[in-house]
This record gives sequence, C-alpha cells and structure tokens, in this order.
Amino acid sequence: MAEPALETRGLCKSFGALVVAEGIDFKLVPGVRHALIGPNGAGKTTFVNLITGRLAPSSGHVLLGGLDVTGLSQAARVKRGLGRTFQINTLFRDMTVLDNVALGVAERHGVAGRLWRPANGYRQVRDEALELVVALGLEDDASRRVVDLPYGKQRLVEIAIALGLKPAVLLLDEPAAGVPSLESHRILDALDQLPASIAILIIEHDMDLVFRFAQRITVLVQGEVLCEGTPGEIADDPRVRQVYLGERHA
Amino acid sequence: MSGGAGYGGDPRIRLLEWLPWLAAVAVFWALPEYLLFGARILTYVLFALSLDLILGYAGIVTLGHSAFFGTGAYVAGILAARLKLTDPIVLLLAAALAAGVLGLATGAVILRTRGLTQLMLTLAIAAVCLEIANKATPLTGGADGLSGVTIAPILGAFRFDLFGRTAYAWCLIMLFALWWLVRRVIYSPFGATLRGIRENRVRMDAIGAPVYRRLVTVYTLSAVIAGVAGALLTETNQFVGLNVLGFEPSGELLVMLILGGVGRLYGAFVGPLVYLIAQDVLAKQFPQYWYLGIGLMLVLVVLFARGGILGIVDGLVARVRARAAGSRG
Repeated sequence: MAEPALETRGLCKSFGALVVAEGIDFKLVPGVRHALIGPNGAGKTTFVNLITGRLAPSSGHVLLGGLDVTGLSQAARVKRGLGRTFQINTLFRDMTVLDNVALGVAERHGVAGRLWRPANGYRQVRDEALELVVALGLEDDASRRVVDLPYGKQRLVEIAIALGLKPAVLLLDEPAAGVPSLESHRILDALDQLPASIAILIIEHDMDLVFRFAQRITVLVQGEVLCEGTPGEIADDPRVRQVYLGERHA
Repeated sequence: MSGGAGYGGDPRIRLLEWLPWLAAVAVFWALPEYLLFGARILTYVLFALSLDLILGYAGIVTLGHSAFFGTGAYVAGILAARLKLTDPIVLLLAAALAAGVLGLATGAVILRTRGLTQLMLTLAIAAVCLEIANKATPLTGGADGLSGVTIAPILGAFRFDLFGRTAYAWCLIMLFALWWLVRRVIYSPFGATLRGIRENRVRMDAIGAPVYRRLVTVYTLSAVIAGVAGALLTETNQFVGLNVLGFEPSGELLVMLILGGVGRLYGAFVGPLVYLIAQDVLAKQFPQYWYLGIGLMLVLVVLFARGGILGIVDGLVARVRARAAGSRG
C-alpha cells in the first residue's frame, strides 16, 4: 500500500472531563476519496482542527506524508501541503472573490509579505487565482465582493481558496452545508472535478453526497472510530445502522 | 472600502487623489497667516495616517499610539536641546529609529494578545512613557516641558521662520513622502494580507500566513511614521510638552480618525483638518465649552455616519450617481 498522505496515531483530545477524540487511528491514502461521517457531536470538526493544528492534541500524533507535524504551527502544516475548507463560511467578506483566492496563492508563492510593488503587478498570482475562479464557475463574480454573493457561491469560494494552496491533502468540512438543494449540484460538480492527485477527506452529513463521492468511509462516534470500509460495507454494517441511521430514523 | 487595492485593482494614483495636495500647496500662498496652524494640521494628518495603517487596515485597536508620537517628539527635542544636534533631517531619522525600536519591542508583546487585553496593554505602554517623561526632569524638563530646542536650517538653507513658511513646506514634503510610502504598502501584497487579517484571521491562519509576524511588521512601520510626526511637531514648535504623551493625545487621535473615516487613507486627512479647525474656532468662541462641540460632532458621526465624514461623501456621491442613472434610464 502507498504511504498515507495523512495519518493520525492515537489522537486524543479532551476539554476537562469532556473527551472529544479518543485514540483515533486514521490513514488517508493518496488518490482515494475518503469520507468521515458520524452523528452530531461525534467530534468530526474537532478531528479536522486537530489535524490542521488549530487545536493541540492532548496526546497522539499527526503525520503528513510520513512526517510528524504534531508540534508544528498551522502555517507550517499548510506549507507541507495541508489545505482545508470550513463548515461555516470563513471568508474575507469585504474583499473580492479574486482577492480571496489570490491571498492564498500569494502565500504559497512566498510573495505575500512583499510591501513595495503593487499587488496587481504579480501576474502569476493573479492569473493562477483567476484560473481557479474560472474553474469553479465564478468568472462573472471575480470582481464582486464575497458578501454580495449568494450562499452557494460563497461555498465555492471556500473551495477555491483551499485549492489555491495546491494542497496534497484537502480536508473538506461539510462543503454543501447550508446550500439549498437547487444549488447543491454546483458544489457536487466542483467536487467531481477535483484533481485525483489530491488526497481528500470529506466530512459530510448529506448521505447522498457521501455515497456518491467517497470510495472509503470512516464512521466516528463519540470521538472514537466505530468502523471503516467501502461505502457498501458501511451501508451494510449493522453497527452503523444502529448508531447512525438508527438515530436518524428513531 | 479601500479603493482599487488588491490583486484586481488599479494602483495608479487617481485624479481626485491629487486634490488634497493641490489644496495644501494653494494654502501656502493663499493663507500666509495660517501657516503655523497649517503645519500643526499636517503633522496630525501624518500621525493619523500612521494610526489608519494599523487600525483601518490591519484592525489593531490601540489607545496608546501617542507613545510613538511622543517618543519621536522627545527624542528630537532632547537631541536638539541637550546634545545640540540640530540638523532637522538627522533629528527626523533619529526619532524614526527610536519610535521604530519601541514599536518593535512593544508590538512583539502586545500583538500576542487580542481584544481587551491588547487594548489595555497599549494604554499601559502609553501611560508608562508619559510617566517616564514626567519623572526624567533633567532630560525632558518634566511638567514644565522641554525648552531651549533650536533647529538648524534645513540643508543649511531654509531657516524655520516666525511665520511658519519653512515649517509648513517641510511638513508638507514629509507628509507627501510618507503618504506615498503608505499608499504603496496598502496596494502591495502585504497590504492585501493586512486587510485579510482584519477581515478574517482564522482564514489567514488556514492559508498559512504568518499573521503575527505581519502584524509586528506593520505595527513597527506605523510607529516609525508616528515618530516622524512627533519629531516634526518638535521642529516646528521648538518645544516639547507632556501633552504629546499618554491617553489623551491617543484618544484625541482616534477621535480625529473616526471623524474622518477609518481604513480609507484619506480619512486621516479630513479628520484632523476638521477636528483642529473646529477646536480652533470653538475655543475662540466658547473657551470653556469647546469640547462639547467636538463631542457633539463625534456623537453625530458615530450615530449616523459610521464611515466618518468621507463615508457621508461616499453616500452622497452614490445617491447622485443613482439618480443620474435613473433619469437616463
């Protein structure tokens, strides 16, 4: 088996007496679309924050491309190829769509700290950002402010910013959350077009989306991995039915 | 609103942006009896510009920006009065350096904190600076102020005259140079990241931006500019008083900038102009109650015009344009 692009070993996190992650062992293999599902409060977003370094684990390790990054800052992990989107839009609301994407592209090119030449003179940054904006079907909105966009398009900007980092590992935290079903096909199309070279972990509530998109599924319950397998295996697993679907249809 | 800044914007200086400079140059000939007062306004515009850079663009709220203004003023004053170092250019450079070092040292500490903690720390630093200036009487003159400041002619040719002609021109040239610098910074990739930090710090972390380092950089730059403004005040007044330090001038500056409009570069021009003229006029008419007028103005702006005076202008322009478009359509 190929070396995992992302791996966690015995990852634990507790806030006082509240345990939100308990010994999570997880491997994300390049080229495989992996989904993380679980009922509300299972600790999915905490897991993402532990991987990206927004939260420090109580114990355990995070490895990126085989390298232990547990002690590294968020910025250092991004430099090593980790990108993410947010469940709740976390955008530069008063800036244009183009600038939203270009900020990340400029960081990756290492020119974001330059303080002399005008930003629009950095053609490569601008062109790359524009390319992503077009790829996600936002070309007509490139110079509009994010705050003026409908919610569904803002979700696409979320994805565009993350792609601007050219990540090797991409964590998608509920990319379709809050999008009306009429518009959700645009998100799905965007996800389908993501390059196969990126290892993707998608955290999602929408089961249709998960079963359409994912090749492997991990089920998280109360901070612990319940099981992992192909979509078929997961759908047939009685434990999953009981914990996850059972809860839903109870 | 920050004009055309960013990766899609046009960084060229627009025609309208030359207007304040034309007006300032015209004043030199049109209102010769007001040049000393004019130099004071220009100094405060520069000071407000330095605050706008950190408050309006990077979103750092401070009640202690006078620490850098005062440091610049006192360093220039002490060098001139005590060490007889009187060249105005050397004094500006020394003040810039001193304020920059203080900005770097204090910024490295306070920018690790957020919100109220940060606000209180800026206040504390300004208070400490004030107390040092107050107690170090042999050096600063303490509460009596620092007198005996003499400034040599600029480049050995332009003497600081009684009418403030040299002072006004000198302040205007310095303001122009530093405005140009600030404008470049705002239009640069660095300027774009500052706005990113103000808009959404969580996302800046997630795209791998070294947020803390960027903030310390801009804070230091802002301190340097404030220090230059302070030194200009010393050179034009040839005196330094304790009123350049502490909470009061910091708060006053904040009021000026809010009045003019935060985060729009030219709010720093309009605010001090309106504030200082209002202060001058009101203080002559109602020597005891002039602060009431300033207070009323601030209340009105905060209640009805969150973008400051320039925000009101923006709103009017938009309305006129909409009406013009409506009558055409």
